[in-house]
Amino acid sequence: MADQQEILSGLAEIVNEETGLDPAEVQMDKSFTDDLDIDSLSMMTIVVNAEEKFGVRIPDDEVKNLTTVGDAVTFIQNNQG
Amino acid sequence: MLLEGKKLLVTGVLMDSSIAFHVAKIAQEQGAEVVLTSFGRTMKITSAIARRLPQTPPIIELDVTSPDDLAALPDRVREHVPHLDGVLHSIGFAPPGAFNFMEAGWEDVATAVHVSAYSLAALAKAALPLMSAGGSVVGLTFDARFAWPVYDWMGVAKAAFESTNRYLARDLGPKGIRCNIVAAGPIRTTAAKSIPGFERFEQEWGTRAPLGWDVGDALPTARACAALLSDWFPATTGEMVHVDGGFHAMGV
Repeated sequence: MADQQEILSGLAEIVNEETGLDPAEVQMDKSFTDDLDIDSLSMMTIVVNAEEKFGVRIPDDEVKNLTTVGDAVTFIQNNQG
Repeated sequence: MLLEGKKLLVTGVLMDSSIAFHVAKIAQEQGAEVVLTSFGRTMKITSAIARRLPQTPPIIELDVTSPDDLAALPDRVREHVPHLDGVLHSIGFAPPGAFNFMEAGWEDVATAVHVSAYSLAALAKAALPLMSAGGSVVGLTFDARFAWPVYDWMGVAKAAFESTNRYLARDLGPKGIRCNIVAAGPIRTTAAKSIPGFERFEQEWGTRAPLGWDVGDALPTARACAALLSDWFPATTGEMVHVDGGFHAMGV
């Protein structure tokens, strides 16, 4: 199972692939929409790729609670199979 | 198997909650060979979701409002399958402004009608060179005979869609090609959730439908689509099949 740091760097890779953002920008306290300027379509792509990479299911209803990168990392950490 | 050897074009697979995803899944389980369509930025999501099907299908680029994509459709399909036995139309879009009936401007309404209604005829026409007698076109609607809360100009577009289905049945019937649509109850898909106030449908449906209704279950709708794509409705065209738990038949 991936630890917090591994999940963060894996997520940063996915964000980088989708948006071109420098992975170093993807930090725990950053908001996906406000800080990283990620729109809903990009967020869907990131979620789908994160599900695949980490073997988790992120229900649509949960996605709206994932405001910051840290929220996503914590959710993945707590729910990975 | 229901769809043994059939070659199907399935539009509208976005997430694994998409009705079209479930149609593609059942189709493969029932022996069909499936080609998906997607376009633009959604292509990446469709590609990832396609890997969750029993067999990863090829995906071709198709924006149903693009004349170039429509013209290129037969060649793009032929790269993967030699012909088509069926086409699933699972496409709809209305700008947010279209969900306010009294305030919506023509531009928003025109987009809704173009993407959600005219596209059925455009897609069928584009796929026609690949189809022959016995072929089937199936679409998805939300029963547009009624005025619904919040659905507004999307409801009008769906009425046009349902009418388009009847005219397609008229014009493709002589070629032996059937056109039918499934009127599903509300299903919690990405498209549905993008409609503000969608939950108002959800609450009522389960209590009024005699068979009950699960907004989280796309399977009954997908099975109906698969049946209509099969050879088991050979004399049915221009029809709208309700898959709504019986909601449409009740007065109160």
